[in-house]
Amino acid sequence: MTAMLTTSPPPATSRDLAHMSDEALLSLVASSDEQALAELYDRYGRVAYGLALRILRDEALAQDAVQEAFLTIWRSADRFLAERAKASTWILTLVHRRTVDLVRREDRRRSEPLEAAPEPAAPTTTEDEAVVGYERRLVQEALLQLTPEQREALELGYYGGLTQSELAEQLGQPLGTIKSRMFTGLSRLRDLLAQAGLEQSLG
Amino acid sequence: MSADPHSLVAPYALHALDGEEEHSFEQHLATCERCREELAGLREAAADLAYAAAGPAPPPELKQRILEQARGERKNVASLPARRRSWTIPLGAAAAVAASVAVGLGIWSATRPSQSPLAQVLSQPGAKLVPLGSSGAVAVAPNGEAVLAVDLPPAPAGKTYEAWVTRGGTAQRAGLFAGRNGRSVVRVTRRAPSGSVIAITLERAGGVDKSTQKPLAATKVVA
Repeated sequence: MTAMLTTSPPPATSRDLAHMSDEALLSLVASSDEQALAELYDRYGRVAYGLALRILRDEALAQDAVQEAFLTIWRSADRFLAERAKASTWILTLVHRRTVDLVRREDRRRSEPLEAAPEPAAPTTTEDEAVVGYERRLVQEALLQLTPEQREALELGYYGGLTQSELAEQLGQPLGTIKSRMFTGLSRLRDLLAQAGLEQSLG
Repeated sequence: MSADPHSLVAPYALHALDGEEEHSFEQHLATCERCREELAGLREAAADLAYAAAGPAPPPELKQRILEQARGERKNVASLPARRRSWTIPLGAAAAVAASVAVGLGIWSATRPSQSPLAQVLSQPGAKLVPLGSSGAVAVAPNGEAVLAVDLPPAPAGKTYEAWVTRGGTAQRAGLFAGRNGRSVVRVTRRAPSGSVIAITLERAGGVDKSTQKPLAATKVVA
């Protein structure tokens, strides 16, 4: 993979692209390879849209958020710094950032706690979707192992688009408590997912 | 805002800070290795939360729209020189975070090519972005290459800003600049190794060899 990243890539056919790492695809995107962007969209578009829809609860806005995020990827893939983050982390962080910006601008934030049970996933039809489905189950199961307070803080923050101060006010808790729930919740989630092998399967 | 910036790593990873809190935390990040380490792990866990948001597939036309717009933009940038590909360079933690801090500070616009002097320095392994008083920041590479990113208004008529690098008690001239409304990105003309001090003064036009002015901003370079 190192060689793939450091040499100037030859024009790739879509069949080559399917076997490339996310990081290699981002390197192609940085040199304005449109097919590489299409391949990344095939891998992450569905997760991105699911996330944006859950946060924005509006199909048109969710599409806007995903479109903006992928165009930011297109424009700034050369800023991706592989050393400290996986490509998937970079991409999904960007999608979340754009979505949260949009939900705050539109003031569509969720103010009620989320339902505990996640919506059932649509049936999967492709290999990519099956992998995403597996990852979804791992994350959902890990979330269920957090304390209800930790889960609430992560869900209202990450899927609700609320700031820590808004969350503190809404839950009637001191800001320090919210910060600490976010920290312990996210740390535990990280450890649980590492245990479950999600990081390996994604890396 | 909390007195303990370390406690903001998780809210930052979840994008749960307001604009002002985010800005100050990013300044803290530039100088705190512990927070950078922690952020890397927490951000990965936060991104994984995206997978738990089950939902319907996006409409097929969304992909077409994205690709069409990307294609349109490529035509516009075709004449720019080939962009540097950052991932071919093994980047140190500080550089990675400094880069994200730079974005946070608005130093890089979304469309600016990344060969700016600032990006060049920040992309070097071990590079750091050090706050420079309330004026901005200075990016310093381990080899001492340094670039200022400062908000200083246009210098009054007959005056200029002068940068200095002080080593072993001796201040050496390190470049003049005029200042502007907005951010000035200025290459420091002298190397600033660890232990040296970078400072900015306001001097008469043309600059001086020895300054008697109180620095407008100064910071010590620490490896």
